Amino acid sequence: MQKTFKVTAESGIHARPATMLVQTASKFDSDIQLEYNGKKVNLKSIMGVMSLGIPQGAQITISAEGSDAADAINALTETLSKEGLAE
Amino acid sequence: MPKVRTKDLIDEFQFELVSGAEGIHRPITTSDLSRPGIEMAGYFAYYPAERVQLLGMTELSFFERLTPVEKRLRMEKLCTDITPAIIVSRGLEVPKELIEASEKKEVPVMRSTMKTTRLASRLTNYLESKLAPTTAVHGVLVDVYGVGVLITGKSGVGKSETALELVKRGHRLVADDCVEIRQEDENLLIGSAPELIEHLLEIRGLGIINVMTLFGAGAVRPHKRISLVIDLELWDPNKQYDRLGLEEEKVKIIDTEVTKLTIPVRPGRNLAVIIEVAAMNFRLKRMGVNAAEEFSARLADAIGDAEHDYE
Repeated sequence: MQKTFKVTAESGIHARPATMLVQTASKFDSDIQLEYNGKKVNLKSIMGVMSLGIPQGAQITISAEGSDAADAINALTETLSKEGLAE
Repeated sequence: MPKVRTKDLIDEFQFELVSGAEGIHRPITTSDLSRPGIEMAGYFAYYPAERVQLLGMTELSFFERLTPVEKRLRMEKLCTDITPAIIVSRGLEVPKELIEASEKKEVPVMRSTMKTTRLASRLTNYLESKLAPTTAVHGVLVDVYGVGVLITGKSGVGKSETALELVKRGHRLVADDCVEIRQEDENLLIGSAPELIEHLLEIRGLGIINVMTLFGAGAVRPHKRISLVIDLELWDPNKQYDRLGLEEEKVKIIDTEVTKLTIPVRPGRNLAVIIEVAAMNFRLKRMGVNAAEEFSARLADAIGDAEHDYE
């Protein structure tokens, strides 16, 4: 399953917020991917997420596959909105 | 997003832009080139308009023999909405009919001093590498004794830590955590780091470190051919791991099969040493020395000899 977001944070997905996302994602067993601009990376990999350099206004897609995919997407959605990163 | 635009060709080959400057952002979608000789003669039925067009001595000297009306019509047909570039080689003079037609259709016309054949081969090489199919892999790419080793495995299994120890032992880091892979040719995979995280390693507990400033320029390299994949996984007591090394497992990346080794991780196993030896053993096999096969042959001989004793 997957969900698309629009990045609202002024500084985009910067180092610190990237860490928050990766920490949330790492709690789950599912394979979680982040896609931006045609590039797909593992959302459990901090370097992968930061290598994308996601700016404000960007469209990102999070997809999860595995037994706890739905929970993972919900938790990530919550992190994204709580941190004011994306909606 | 297109991978190559006409502008990139101008930057790469220092072409002189003659006309049609409005079109320099056109995408180039194929590495095939076209030398429109038959089109100059008026046959446009199979004109590959989406390719980069090369006009050399042959095409232009034939063109000179046409009537003014023909010249104008042929050049107008040559310049289409999708033609990414028309390049005149050998520094030849660009026909004025071509300049007029290209300005109208906004097709960039460029000039090079290179000979057509040489230009064609350099263009093909450049376009093939730029247009090669790509993928991104979660893993770490290290050059160990000249063998490009892609270390994969789940998050937290110790890929980056292993890479750090390999760097400390004098090997080179290409990319940590996210490796961009291009298939430049059949069976040729080239891995590199995304620009933003080049030279960086993330070590849990330390954070992000810069391998180049810490260990020097000799500890990194920008890209490397991938020859071996080493998959690290937590030791599973119920799984059978390779004990002999007689069979070779393969993994497919894009369309290329690469040798893959699965190494179980357990506290106290020195992964860096194992990977070093795996790389050396891989080279040895390439040179025709296969320890496992030699041993297997020796064992078969010994068993054969022993059988005689019982006959």
